[in-house]
Amino acid sequence: MFEYAPAPESRSVVDIKPSYGLFIDGQFVDPTDGGSFKSINPASEEVLAEVAEGGAQDVDRAVKAARAAYEKVWGPMPGRDRAKYLFRIARIIQERSRELAVLESLDNGKPIKESRDVDLPLVAAHFFYYAGWADKLEHAGFGANPRPLGVAAQVIPWNFPLLMLAWKIAPALAAGNTVVLKPAETTPLTALLFAEICQQAELPAGVVNIVTGAGETGRALVEHPGVDKVAFTGSTEVGRAIARSVAGTRKKLTLELGGKAANIVFDDAPIDQAVEGIVNGIFFNQGHVCCAGSRLLIQENVADRVLESLKRRMAQLRVGDPLDKNTDIGAINSAAQLARIRELSDAGSAEGADRWSPPCELPDRGFWFAPTIFTGVTQAHRIAREEIFGPVLSVLTFRTPAEAVEKANNTPYGLSAGIWTDKGSRILWMADRLRAGVVWANTFNKFDPTSPFGGYKESGYGREGGRHGLEGYLNV
Amino acid sequence: MSERVAVRKTYKLFIGGKFPRSESGRSYLVQDSNVSLASRKDARDAVVAARAAVKGWAGATAYNRGQILYRVAEMLEGRREQFVALGVPADEVDAAIDRWVWYAGWSDKLAQVYGGANPVAGPYFNLSAPEPTGVVAVVAPEQPALLGLVSVVAPAIVTGNTVVVAASPAQPLAAVTLAEVLATSDLPGGVVNLLTGRISETVPTLASHMDVNAIDLTGVVDAELAADLEVKAAENLKRVLRPAPADHDWFADPGVTRMTTLLETKTVWHPKGV
Repeated sequence: MFEYAPAPESRSVVDIKPSYGLFIDGQFVDPTDGGSFKSINPASEEVLAEVAEGGAQDVDRAVKAARAAYEKVWGPMPGRDRAKYLFRIARIIQERSRELAVLESLDNGKPIKESRDVDLPLVAAHFFYYAGWADKLEHAGFGANPRPLGVAAQVIPWNFPLLMLAWKIAPALAAGNTVVLKPAETTPLTALLFAEICQQAELPAGVVNIVTGAGETGRALVEHPGVDKVAFTGSTEVGRAIARSVAGTRKKLTLELGGKAANIVFDDAPIDQAVEGIVNGIFFNQGHVCCAGSRLLIQENVADRVLESLKRRMAQLRVGDPLDKNTDIGAINSAAQLARIRELSDAGSAEGADRWSPPCELPDRGFWFAPTIFTGVTQAHRIAREEIFGPVLSVLTFRTPAEAVEKANNTPYGLSAGIWTDKGSRILWMADRLRAGVVWANTFNKFDPTSPFGGYKESGYGREGGRHGLEGYLNV
Repeated sequence: MSERVAVRKTYKLFIGGKFPRSESGRSYLVQDSNVSLASRKDARDAVVAARAAVKGWAGATAYNRGQILYRVAEMLEGRREQFVALGVPADEVDAAIDRWVWYAGWSDKLAQVYGGANPVAGPYFNLSAPEPTGVVAVVAPEQPALLGLVSVVAPAIVTGNTVVVAASPAQPLAAVTLAEVLATSDLPGGVVNLLTGRISETVPTLASHMDVNAIDLTGVVDAELAADLEVKAAENLKRVLRPAPADHDWFADPGVTRMTTLLETKTVWHPKGV
């Protein structure tokens, strides 16, 4: 590997306050019945800030503020004016993108080259895209007079904190709803900076409310009788609990949950390109990606060649300081997630799969996991069935396209899939048969605000992005 | 000459294209006819039949599915008087026939209206298209007996799903007679499976069945039961259509939500290059 001098991005662009309140009705306020918690930098375990933990009363206050804003301001406002606020927000995000990217990497642990080149451009693009819908809803194909739902309760995960916020807030606001959003407890800081951006954009008070906290705060929000819509991205287990909790209500629900995507490599695929796609598929964002290509299916006759090339490529990955511009793989987001990755990886070894990682020096402090592949994996192994949500790849083989489809679909999940082959008709044949919401052919992990994203089966329901993404926020 | 003795009809279940009695051997009396009282095992058998039919039906061309739904309308038109004799108002039979025609036309249009190319910011082909979710359990509304049943079954199957429908316990005769129409309309066996009997007996089995992809609770009147079924459906994250409001106008334009709720959107990406 080439030796590079460290090239860290400067932290000085970010001004992190020692403590943050809840963002309710346009103001940062202290919690009335909650406490506080600390958000740390997972790469160093340094405390970044103390953040308010919203209690049930705080959630109630936020929902009431959102309701009032919906009834008095945001609901009656003409779409063209809602659009202008969203365009404003998009522009401010572009202008402050360096600051947001550094803060995201500090709080989440993801490499700066990803937060800077992937997360932030997509966040701004998402607001820009949905801004344009706000005054065109009657042309969106949902009937002549589509109506917003009211107050949306939104709970998001820690893997793409600001991007998931954008996926939730932009379509909700464009459709005319107001929102109460709970960021993940390990990554609340960019959402709080977004609250400042709402102030800077002079977004009317109560349209966006950010209530920080952990699972209990989220539960109080989702179960609040005053919300009309629940949108959740996170684990299938929590998604199931939310689906149960809204049973018998009129709350509209969309869920974007776990995945165990197959990334399928045929013998006619350009191997170097496929290897780049495999690496991107599983090691992008430390594998903390619900649509990660975590099951590699290689056609048997090229398995050795692909694996040799993959191992050579993996040995070039730089693991370390998320703020270093050369870093490929950053820190695991939390101690709890690291423990989960270790537990499943140990199960992989214990069940008889062969584990391999490149030689890789990991920092002493913080949460780290070397990029890892398992070969000799069977479909019964836990590492082939359960979502690891880390930089761990399970490798299986197949002989025929039909067998590839069979194995790819042999999972309760159905979020994404990858196909690598030179043959166009085979791509389309495979794409028809894969039970997954997103199929990447000769590419992987591509996202765009115009492109609907979401799963089949136990990966959830509803779509985010594109015209489809409006549906979850309209009374249709 | 004595008056001719009529041949009565036996009202049975409709599973996998056949008309079996309930495996439980039970029946109940409706309008002087014995109707099969389906069991939990019948419900599970119906799911197996529906699953087996998915590949062929979802894989059929949209044109083919449209023609078959139109054929259902033709057959229903021919049996119009039979339904009237069962007590279905004539205008309701007409509306039910017209509804098949309406949905038949959707088969090869919904993908164009509901899918399409996405202009992503990069050199990629990107296309979203709707696909059937799979096996759908449906609880038919009690009223209107025929139009209500048609209005929940047709939108589920036109896009390629297969269905296990629990007929309204009070209205099984029109439902079984509709199954006879379906059986003679070139609809492949297993695409529609019909259970008669108690909702409280068969539908919880369908709601908690791990090989059912979606559940339409339209005909569930008891709010507590509906909530309980929705909780069961959460186990494998079934798509849920909640009960229809009591004042729902079944004669009005149905819109597309019944179809789209039972669809998945698949988006395919491919790079452009030479």
